[in-house]
Amino acid sequence: MKTQFAKILCVVTLGLILGLLGCGKGPEAKPIKVGALFAVTGKASNLGAPEAKTAEMFVNKLNERGGINGQKIQLIVKDTGGTKENAVSMTKQLIEEEQVLAIIGPSTSGETMGIKDICQEAKMILLSCAAAETIVNPVASYVFKTPQKDSDAVKLIYKTMKAKGISKVGIIASNDGFGMAGTVQLQKLAEENGIVIAISESYDGQATDLTDVLTKIKGKDIQAVINWSIVPAQSLVAKNMKQIGLDVPLFQSHGFGNIKYVQAGGEAANGTIFPCGRLLIADVLPDNHPQKAVLTQYKKDYEDQYKEDVSTFGGHAYDAILILTEAIKKAGSPDRDKVRDAIENLSGIVGTAGVFNFSAMDHNGLCMDAFEMLTVKDGKFALYNP
Amino acid sequence: MDYPQIVQYCFAGITVGSIYAIVGIGFNIIYNTTGIINFAQGEFLIVGAMTAISFSQFFPLPVAIGMAILITILLGGLVEITFIRQVRNASILRLIIITIGISILIREAMLHIWDEKVRFLPYFTGTDTSTVTVLGAHISPQVLWVLGVCAVIVLGLTLFFKYTLTGRAMRACADDRMAARLCGINDRWMVTLSFMLSAGIGAIAGCIISPIAQTQYDMGAPLAIKGFTAAILGGLGNSMAAVAAGLFLGLMEAFMVSQFDVAYKEAVSIVILLLILVFRPSGIFGRHEINVLRTM
Repeated sequence: MKTQFAKILCVVTLGLILGLLGCGKGPEAKPIKVGALFAVTGKASNLGAPEAKTAEMFVNKLNERGGINGQKIQLIVKDTGGTKENAVSMTKQLIEEEQVLAIIGPSTSGETMGIKDICQEAKMILLSCAAAETIVNPVASYVFKTPQKDSDAVKLIYKTMKAKGISKVGIIASNDGFGMAGTVQLQKLAEENGIVIAISESYDGQATDLTDVLTKIKGKDIQAVINWSIVPAQSLVAKNMKQIGLDVPLFQSHGFGNIKYVQAGGEAANGTIFPCGRLLIADVLPDNHPQKAVLTQYKKDYEDQYKEDVSTFGGHAYDAILILTEAIKKAGSPDRDKVRDAIENLSGIVGTAGVFNFSAMDHNGLCMDAFEMLTVKDGKFALYNP
Repeated sequence: MDYPQIVQYCFAGITVGSIYAIVGIGFNIIYNTTGIINFAQGEFLIVGAMTAISFSQFFPLPVAIGMAILITILLGGLVEITFIRQVRNASILRLIIITIGISILIREAMLHIWDEKVRFLPYFTGTDTSTVTVLGAHISPQVLWVLGVCAVIVLGLTLFFKYTLTGRAMRACADDRMAARLCGINDRWMVTLSFMLSAGIGAIAGCIISPIAQTQYDMGAPLAIKGFTAAILGGLGNSMAAVAAGLFLGLMEAFMVSQFDVAYKEAVSIVILLLILVFRPSGIFGRHEINVLRTM
């Protein structure tokens, strides 16, 4: 009995000493903790992997320069694997255990919608890198997002279609948050843009063959196909359409902005039309374009460090950290409520997706001119010229 | 639906169906010699495809695929020798759970070796956009490769099990392991061989579907579920019935799509699996028929 007590005493004393040693570092060296949730693996890994890489690169560069107001940033990246369940439990970890200042990510709309309310209730700043409009509409005071709105993408697609004389379309979308939110916008905005949706189908995100659903669409006599997804099936759509002889233009969402989808689509990806931010065409932007400097710098840094092509998704993470750090600078201290207020008042922040102008009612800060219509020419992204 | 459309759906169904069939055969070969369901079967496909993709950067395609199949066969043997053989007296349930563990292990290893990116082999004939017109339907030449190779595998296996000494020895182990051992058959070696054979067949399937379906490290599990459904539907242990069941499953899915929302497609195989497990656990081709087919 006595020895056991002595043991416990030893452990407690040791714990106290260690605790004191921990305190000895002093408060001024304490870094600002920022949580990041990215789908580094799983079916949304084409989004999450470049996002995590970008975030780490951004934070390293910032810390090398001395951090913000003398404080370094500690980035805690968690891999959600693209599932909502992981996103929820990891969010709780970041809020309760790590007590981070803000959370960046998640990569996908489904995950973001799963944690939107949790973050709002915990008064935790969330800067989502996912696109669905429902993330910021209705506005939750602590939730922001950096990619362009899907409604703007839809409007631009319909505008392009009208110019091409297309009025009857078939829609396919992945059955995840991004695909479903996009389908809602496509259906909502069709009538006012004079577009008739002949058929609308959703497929499994892990689909490995889409010839069956495309055969069904082919039977509807449509003038164009719109595919709304972020999964690798984007390349399958292009291939399968060509293979079954469905020779109509293929429009994709802004989820197509990773050159890997083009490479996977091979020859079949040529001619795909999609709205996208300007990052992918940074080289051909005129020098006086406001985004030119930011885009070329980020593209160069990323491609030098990771030896792979830059994608718009990494750009969304870049924008999220940029906005957060700008807001911390403006707030003067890493106080969560002050930083939140500062984000709402940010304007003229030049990011990769466009120029951000936030307000209490607009937690996205981008408008339709953040998009350009792009196409694929000889396996490369190019500006779409009708 | 007009005639070319029906043909088009048929091809879509037979293509995925033949892959389900091959995965189902993989399950059956191992089930026959050991009585266990190898849930790492789906991973064998992906390992095969991934290795072939890596080799194809240095060697011509046929050589790369050949090497990939060889490596996957070795992996299959290794899995049996290092894991299954060590716990030989364990219950079937324990062995099955071990295979689930192996599948997770292989999947995570693949994530570290090849990362999370989607890869693919080049088309064996033509390119992504080439099509062949068959009976009014347009299909990729790769579909013909899939169908042809699947047919060759099925034919090859039938001949192997029927006419070669090793094949007959494996069948003997499946029928009665003790009796086989008494006849001087090395049953341990037969179990290892069955893992190698399944792995090899898996690798071939993985390679031929890679150009059309693309390959990602975590694609094995969904394929394994479909293949398992095919194996169960046909009656476990009966490879020829698995072929019929796999094709049936693929066609069911394709024609479901033509009539209902695509969203329900994935539910088809799960519903069939549940129905079979509840009402007819011995499969469509019941116990009696299995024995007839097996001795064919």
